[in-house]
Amino acid sequence: MRPFTYVRAQSAPNAVQAVAAAGDGGKFLAGGTTLYDLMKLDVEAPTTIVDIRGLEGMTDITVDATTGLRVGAMASMTEVATHPDVDRAFPALAESLSLAASRQLRNMASVGGNLLQRTRCAYFRGNGDLSYPCNKREPGSGCSAIGGLNRGHAVLGGSDACIALYPGDWAVALAAFDASIETLSPRGTRTISIHDLHREPGDTPWVEHTLEPDELITTITVPSLSYGRASTYYKIRDRESYAFALASAAVAVDLDGDTVREARIALGGVATRPWRARDAERSLAGQPLIERTARQAGELAIAGASPGRHNRYKVELAIRTVADALRIAGERGNP
Amino acid sequence: MVKKESEATKVTLNRRELLQAATLGAAATVAPQMGETADAASQALAQVGTPAVPTPARVLMNATINGERVSLDLDPRTSLLDALREHLGLFGAKKGCDHGQCGACTVHLDGQRVASCLTPAVQVDGREVLTIEGLAGPDGSLHPMQRAFIDHDALQCGYCTPGQIMAAVACVAEGNAGSDADVQEAMSGNLCRCGAYVGITQAVRQVAGQDGGAS
Repeated sequence: MRPFTYVRAQSAPNAVQAVAAAGDGGKFLAGGTTLYDLMKLDVEAPTTIVDIRGLEGMTDITVDATTGLRVGAMASMTEVATHPDVDRAFPALAESLSLAASRQLRNMASVGGNLLQRTRCAYFRGNGDLSYPCNKREPGSGCSAIGGLNRGHAVLGGSDACIALYPGDWAVALAAFDASIETLSPRGTRTISIHDLHREPGDTPWVEHTLEPDELITTITVPSLSYGRASTYYKIRDRESYAFALASAAVAVDLDGDTVREARIALGGVATRPWRARDAERSLAGQPLIERTARQAGELAIAGASPGRHNRYKVELAIRTVADALRIAGERGNP
Repeated sequence: MVKKESEATKVTLNRRELLQAATLGAAATVAPQMGETADAASQALAQVGTPAVPTPARVLMNATINGERVSLDLDPRTSLLDALREHLGLFGAKKGCDHGQCGACTVHLDGQRVASCLTPAVQVDGREVLTIEGLAGPDGSLHPMQRAFIDHDALQCGYCTPGQIMAAVACVAEGNAGSDADVQEAMSGNLCRCGAYVGITQAVRQVAGQDGGAS
């Protein structure tokens, strides 16, 4: 690990000033489960670390029937996952967190930091061997996953420069519910739609989101949704627990009897960013929620997939994951 | 007979005590030398015109570890796991993967289980840490979870066991031990390559049953 200067922030305004003052090498440290991990691998090498753990007023969780959910960015994954009001109003949000990582890591990681979790692509992480080209780690060096071992890589949203998977679950569920994030920087505060936070790799895979280096996520908000409780986060993994998604779906359905009024569908485990599937949602409106329509929604959700040599299975898996998630959410809507 | 036993106790150092003595001795004698070496290296670099690697300022960490106040002067890169093992001679928490993937380093921080390998030690300042060494009673009587691991033969090589036990104690305290399936899910962050999972699950269930899952 490269040496760095450690700064303990006294407040959020103090933290963003400190990162701004540090220039290019400044980074916020929240739970540390991604940043500190990648620093050990020499993939991240910040020159200044600004520790924001323990800052006051950044861990509050409130659920309101009219205004919806507000979560402080420094609340832990555990705190949000086990919050009874969150689970009641938006079970998909609670599940996206409780099905991620292990309890140890969920106790450490913040829900703000989790949004910016970096890819698990083995060529990016290197795992002790940084000799493989990776455009994300070393711009312009090439992509080893395209034509390489790409079983875990994205089939949607990739480019000729990068097919690294966005590994998170929480951001996928937030995308289904049209969440927003509030940020603070030395230039003030702003609100960004979750849909505008993550970027597809394009020609610049090392630019993964739209935040400035000195911009701190302070709050995550989710507008209230009458049928939020008819939702699920359904996650398929290589093993039953403690693994990243091979395919996942955050789904909510508004049912009138057996007929779908409105649906929300977002995919994880298959794309370079959280992937909202609006064509699939539209295909269900006014239709009965049955096996045929659910599968068709799954097919539309993964439409345009461009699999590589080892990840073709993700196409059929995603279709079935969406269809099963629709069934589970539907049962919660019509118990 | 009694005299013999006490004599035996006097001269017997177990493996852990030996390691502790060695580590603390090494820390006392080697640390200044390491500082000198680093200074010499950076002087040499300065002489050949290569920009010297910035030497990070040391950071003071004050924490309560197993009920004892501890003050450490650390390189900010140090993990809690390395602080425990290399600076405090507490070898219970194990370094398996060093990347938060195996659970062998599990300790409690302010009552919550964490991966100590992914916890920068500087973030522990002002907080309370409990490791496997602090789990038994002051009279040395085993914690019920330690007892249960023995009862159910919940280990083979033992390398993952301190992490398993710390996770298991937390699992019961969290109320996540109501069924075998709950235990399997809540303990999934702790890998056991010997495959003692059946015994581990039984041990956790036994302790949860003893106190109704309340603690």
